[in-house]
Amino acid sequence: MELPPYATLGQKIWHYTFLTICGLIFFFLIAPILTIIPLSFNAENFFTFTPGMLAFDPEAYSLKHYRDFFTNSGWQQAMWNSIKIAPVATLLSVSLGTLAAVGLSQSHVPFRRLIMAILISPMIVPLIISAAGMYFFYSRIGLQGTYLGVVLAHAALGIPFVIITVTATLVGFDRSLTRASANLGAGPVRTFFRVQMPLILPGVISGGLFAFITSFDEVVVVLFVGSAGQKTLPWQMFIGLREQISPTILAVATILVVISIGLLTTVELLRRRSERLRGMSPG
Amino acid sequence: MTDSVPPARATGPDQFTGATPDNAIRDADRAKAGPVLAADGTPLKRSLNRALRAQKLRALMLIAPLLIFILITFIAPIADMLFRSVENDIVSQTLPRTVVELDRWDGEGTPDEETYRALAADLMVATELKNHTRLGSRLNYETTGISSLFRKTGRDIDEAGEIYMDQFVALDAAWEEPATWVSLMADPDWIAAQADWSARAEEAEAAQDAAATAEEARALEFTEPEPRFRLSGTARDALPRTSRIYQQFASVIRSEDGDSPTQEQPWAIVYQALYEDLSGGFTGESYDGAPARLLTRAADAVAAFDTLPVKEFFIENVDEDWGDPEVWGTIKAFSSPYTAGYFLSAIDYQLTPQGIEPQPDDQKIYALLFKRTMFMSLTIMFSCVLLGYPIAFLLSNLPLRTSNLLLILVLLPFWTSLLVRTSAWKVLLQQEGVINDILVWAGAISDFGRLQLINNQTGTIIAMTHILLPFMILPLYSVMKTIPPQYVRAAKSLGATNWTAFWRVYFPQSVPGIGAGCILVFILSIGYYITPEIVGGTTGTFISNRIAYHISQSLNWGLAAALGTILLALVLVLYYLYDRIVGIDNVSLG
Repeated sequence: MELPPYATLGQKIWHYTFLTICGLIFFFLIAPILTIIPLSFNAENFFTFTPGMLAFDPEAYSLKHYRDFFTNSGWQQAMWNSIKIAPVATLLSVSLGTLAAVGLSQSHVPFRRLIMAILISPMIVPLIISAAGMYFFYSRIGLQGTYLGVVLAHAALGIPFVIITVTATLVGFDRSLTRASANLGAGPVRTFFRVQMPLILPGVISGGLFAFITSFDEVVVVLFVGSAGQKTLPWQMFIGLREQISPTILAVATILVVISIGLLTTVELLRRRSERLRGMSPG
Repeated sequence: MTDSVPPARATGPDQFTGATPDNAIRDADRAKAGPVLAADGTPLKRSLNRALRAQKLRALMLIAPLLIFILITFIAPIADMLFRSVENDIVSQTLPRTVVELDRWDGEGTPDEETYRALAADLMVATELKNHTRLGSRLNYETTGISSLFRKTGRDIDEAGEIYMDQFVALDAAWEEPATWVSLMADPDWIAAQADWSARAEEAEAAQDAAATAEEARALEFTEPEPRFRLSGTARDALPRTSRIYQQFASVIRSEDGDSPTQEQPWAIVYQALYEDLSGGFTGESYDGAPARLLTRAADAVAAFDTLPVKEFFIENVDEDWGDPEVWGTIKAFSSPYTAGYFLSAIDYQLTPQGIEPQPDDQKIYALLFKRTMFMSLTIMFSCVLLGYPIAFLLSNLPLRTSNLLLILVLLPFWTSLLVRTSAWKVLLQQEGVINDILVWAGAISDFGRLQLINNQTGTIIAMTHILLPFMILPLYSVMKTIPPQYVRAAKSLGATNWTAFWRVYFPQSVPGIGAGCILVFILSIGYYITPEIVGGTTGTFISNRIAYHISQSLNWGLAAALGTILLALVLVLYYLYDRIVGIDNVSLG
């Protein structure tokens, strides 16, 4: 994107216009998320910058919305529900998903395309349809409104992500390593845990993070499959946004942004590590 | 390998003798006849097949747990939804006799007396089981007013046949006694079993009363249910109508209230059935003793009874709507266990007694909603292309270090909670929100002319473009990264202007990325629920919001399922296209 020294005036103008446009689009992408961070420290119950905030008056900033989040029983209950549901769902989808991805990566799998399509389908089907179907079916079999029902539903939604990331990692996997291990006398289980697993671990973890965020951030399915006892953080936010919007939501949102920055960093580091392990160029 | 080579066990570079795979192949090559053998002497083909089968089996066993899991937790619910979109057994289950009788009705005028009798029996049972309101609200989706008609009928149905009950009782007070009915209707074996049961129940109760502690009493509680009622063959032959409805009566009060026919006076319509049986050529031969006397006396008297046809009872005493062919037409039209009615409603048509007709204009909402969903998804898709293309272009032309840094600005929104992004837009777009404040401050609008940016289509389009933009940028970027810069340079060196080089050389190579991104964004946006629900108001909602409404508020699950099925079909077609263009294996995440 370097501008050559012989560029004409028109080219220069176009070049800088283009950069400005890109800058504006980046601004559009990132500004909404960044705006809510200072707003969450608002001392008033407003959703806009008060004159005091613009003047950087310390009086105009406060932690009261965060205090509210950590003391309000509704929010705390929702947070604990999220913490109870997401990891279990993640564990379920990672263990089943990794196993299946290893199976799918073998060279002779009958009906491979059909199986793949079925396993990926929770990602393709719009959430509202999954939610409707699960609501109908789970109320038939008595899972609607139970903790188990929500965990199973979330595990199903997380599985495609695990399958995709783990199969992608397995594509670069050198099969001769497992043969070498078998040659040296290791059984299939030992080979899997001592040779294959350490190499595909980055993919497994990043698949797990995707599954985790899917469950942690999911609201449509839990809204239908869950009952008041399984009210998760996104559900509580959804209610807050639809009915009585309180600035506590902004405090929660800020906390979630910090969590997602953490997750993003982890996934990025894992991706690079995985590529380095497999001897691919970074990027 | 030629014939001139002398036969030897070990040839070639490895010089091994014995049964190595290589030697086996060489041996097989030399032996002109017979199948190729594996090292252990079995035909190579079979040996390979066996190995392959084991491999396939192992792979399938690894996949099986997940496949079963997904089939149960995900595919079965989807199948259930598809099934519910055509399922319609509520009418034939709640009004089984009426549906059979209605078969004879030609749709003109009102059905015959027999149909009304069946309806009375069906509704009596349904009311006792408290099913009639459910059926009423189901049929109300098709013809408004039926719900209240059913509710009203449910309140009055126990009066059906009352006129006969009064006359029978006036004739002989024994008709009021449950015991009379049991002796007429029940199988002698059942009467004996019932007597035994009630004796044991009494015994248990007495023991319970005598128990010292509450705990002991609880342990002694008599939990055995009363034996299931059985009709006597005599009653079935001599009084067919009465016995049918009486049996229903016995089973309903047993299951619903835990009552026994030995304790309860039958419903009024049982007396009506008795009247019908007795006036329709009854001969008292099959009975003997006291019941026979009672019956013959009644049979002689019925000719002089005051009568009230059931049809008249329904139309005059309950509601004149029961004489409305439209009500009957609706019941008949929805009497089959499967219906296309929900799908027709989902595309603004309705199933009427006269066939398939378009909905009245003021009730046509789904075609509009589908069109709006399409229009808004396309708008969102185009805005995503418009905003995503320059970013992807910039990222793919920058040095890797810089582009990785800028990519974080794309990935951060991608990883941020959907609710966070939606709440951000809700805060920003409000009339008292940040964007309007800035515009007022900059003098672009006056304080009174604040823009309405939320709770309409604008709000949905802005917020969803922001939310789905990363899904456009990422596939575009991954395609653009692979476009070699040489072609554009070559075009320029051949005299193309910057624009021509871009438009004729670079752009066509980026089209697969645009296709992938567009389909992805479109698939995601037509099924979106949360964001339109929060920022869309009434004009910016999608078909998915309507599905949610039918599930949780109007409770018209069948229509929700039909709308969902249509949406699913649409998404699957798009997904198929996506698979053809991009390949599902090439989906990459971040």
